[in-house]
Amino acid sequence: MSEQLLRVENLKKYFEVRRGLFGRRRFYVRAVDGVDLTLTKGEAVSIVGESGCGKTTLGKTILRLYEPTDGRIIFEGKDITHLGWKELKWYRRETGLVQQDPFGALPPFMTVKRILEEPLIIHGFKDKREREERIYKVLERVRLTPVEDFISKYPHMLSGGQQQRLVIARSIILEPKLIVADEPVSMLDASVRVEILKLLQDLQKSYNLSVIYITHDLSTTKYFSERIFIMYAAHIVESAGTREILRNPMHPYTKALLNVIPDPDPSNRFTIKEVPTGEPPNLIDPPPSCRFHPRCPSVVKGLCDVKEPPMIEVDKGHYVKCWLYG
Amino acid sequence: MLGVSNLVMYYRTLRGEVRAVDDVSFSLQKGETIAIIGESGCGKSSLAKSIVRLLPRNVSTYRGKVILDGVNLMELDEETFNREVRWTKITYVPQAALNSLNPVIKIGDQMIEPLLLRRKMDKREALERAAKALRLVGVSDAFLHHYPFELSGGMKQRVIIAMALLTEPKLMILDEPTSSLDVLTQANIMNLLKRVRKEMGLSMIFITHDVALSSELADKVAVMYAGQIVELGNAEEFYRDPKHPYSQKLMESVPTLRRDKELSFIPGSPPSLLNPPKGCRFAERCPFKFNKCSENPPITPLDEDSYVKCWLYEKGSS
Repeated sequence: MSEQLLRVENLKKYFEVRRGLFGRRRFYVRAVDGVDLTLTKGEAVSIVGESGCGKTTLGKTILRLYEPTDGRIIFEGKDITHLGWKELKWYRRETGLVQQDPFGALPPFMTVKRILEEPLIIHGFKDKREREERIYKVLERVRLTPVEDFISKYPHMLSGGQQQRLVIARSIILEPKLIVADEPVSMLDASVRVEILKLLQDLQKSYNLSVIYITHDLSTTKYFSERIFIMYAAHIVESAGTREILRNPMHPYTKALLNVIPDPDPSNRFTIKEVPTGEPPNLIDPPPSCRFHPRCPSVVKGLCDVKEPPMIEVDKGHYVKCWLYG
Repeated sequence: MLGVSNLVMYYRTLRGEVRAVDDVSFSLQKGETIAIIGESGCGKSSLAKSIVRLLPRNVSTYRGKVILDGVNLMELDEETFNREVRWTKITYVPQAALNSLNPVIKIGDQMIEPLLLRRKMDKREALERAAKALRLVGVSDAFLHHYPFELSGGMKQRVIIAMALLTEPKLMILDEPTSSLDVLTQANIMNLLKRVRKEMGLSMIFITHDVALSSELADKVAVMYAGQIVELGNAEEFYRDPKHPYSQKLMESVPTLRRDKELSFIPGSPPSLLNPPKGCRFAERCPFKFNKCSENPPITPLDEDSYVKCWLYEKGSS
């Protein structure tokens, strides 16, 4: 039906840490540990997980901002896992990143115009008039209008929402096919949040853009993505259509997450919620079995703490990495 | 128990006077929790600090009444306030407090400092109290002898809450107590606060930008916008049917998991507190704006302890 844009197979990214005298003892932090993922053209998916689960590393590795340790990344049928510098430039043009902290992501000493012109210069837009035209067009697209008011401003003169729109403008100015948006709204106020999410959705629809939306906040995914991947301790533990996951969560971790997220409701104050005890495992030396088993309320002794569960398709398009369904 | 009326706190900067808290009133009963919600820069943290008299050095105007159990705290001299109120009757947990634990002092020694200083307790007794407080918040008292880096974020926040409970306060002010924590940890802390307030009959002021989270604790809700409370209501009423146009818009921008609804946002941004508009401060962004809004709206009581600051609800108009 729709064309596949991205396929990630068994992707791993380990970071080396050295400890001990002269750094002779080496350890690896397994930030992403065997992730499979596909994305079709024009599709928006969410990767949801708590801090330290590896979701940002996954996003950055897909964009080849990190060199993968193992596995394959296939973009438009082309294996880009180990592309060299020259060819990566093509991949850079096809992809974009929206960072979490817009102010930190924008160079403070450059004007809006310079910020947007830089990628155009790097990618060989020699004609000054054409560059200017593109800058105007993209600013209008992200509704930083009237453009004349913004073009010569510096980032600190913009509000948080405007800064984030500028970051988005920069990420789409080369008309990429894939955007990774890493917590694009977590630093913004509630009333601005929706505005930015709607803008991203609007761009996704009108440019037929694929978006990977990385977030810790399940409640915003419903309004934005078609599929959700739940990540825990460097693994994807569940994936399915957004509605399906919210209606019928299967992995005990997903269930726990959904259970604790409040909706504004005055009866909340009378209820004590069930929360799994403990904390996520250390990624230097994660348990060889299911990584959630020490916290899992439905753990099966002798199985969950011994063997790693496989990814099981429990329903069409609904995958769970859990022994309860094996 | 606590009554705040017409509280004003301005501070002077190079660019002029910032009206961080501008004529704020509310009251709180024993055992009750009020949530103060609003977006960044609306003055909610300044309000908290004004109640415990932790003022910025460049404060220019500070007036109004803060009455705790019949005593007007504003009239107490600094020494009496320090001895009898701050860290004894009222404790304040500032934003990101978990990161302000001293890294080179053991947890126990940090915890008992207010007891040694304020209560002149001897060290053994104080440590015993600290151990009890730690157990109350669900942390093993063995951690008294550990350093902060040995604790996770959620544990540190529990230690901070234990510190705030040590002196058995009447009122605890919490400024964004979970904003840097993960969702599961956040739920744990909320459970803890619910339990503690029930066991100790504690009143709380819970400051947050997260509307959904505020409903975890709030008996009453105050919505702040540009230095003022624009709506004060009971939780039951407020989350189902907010009155002020800003509260309504804010509620519409909150995503919900269990219900389906169309999200919307508020165009524009709040006015600068340097020179706020004379009339209603939300008027610029308000969909119901009419000519009266250029004058400062009065506070219209809705029932016993809820009010709204909006011309739409003025008696006689509808």
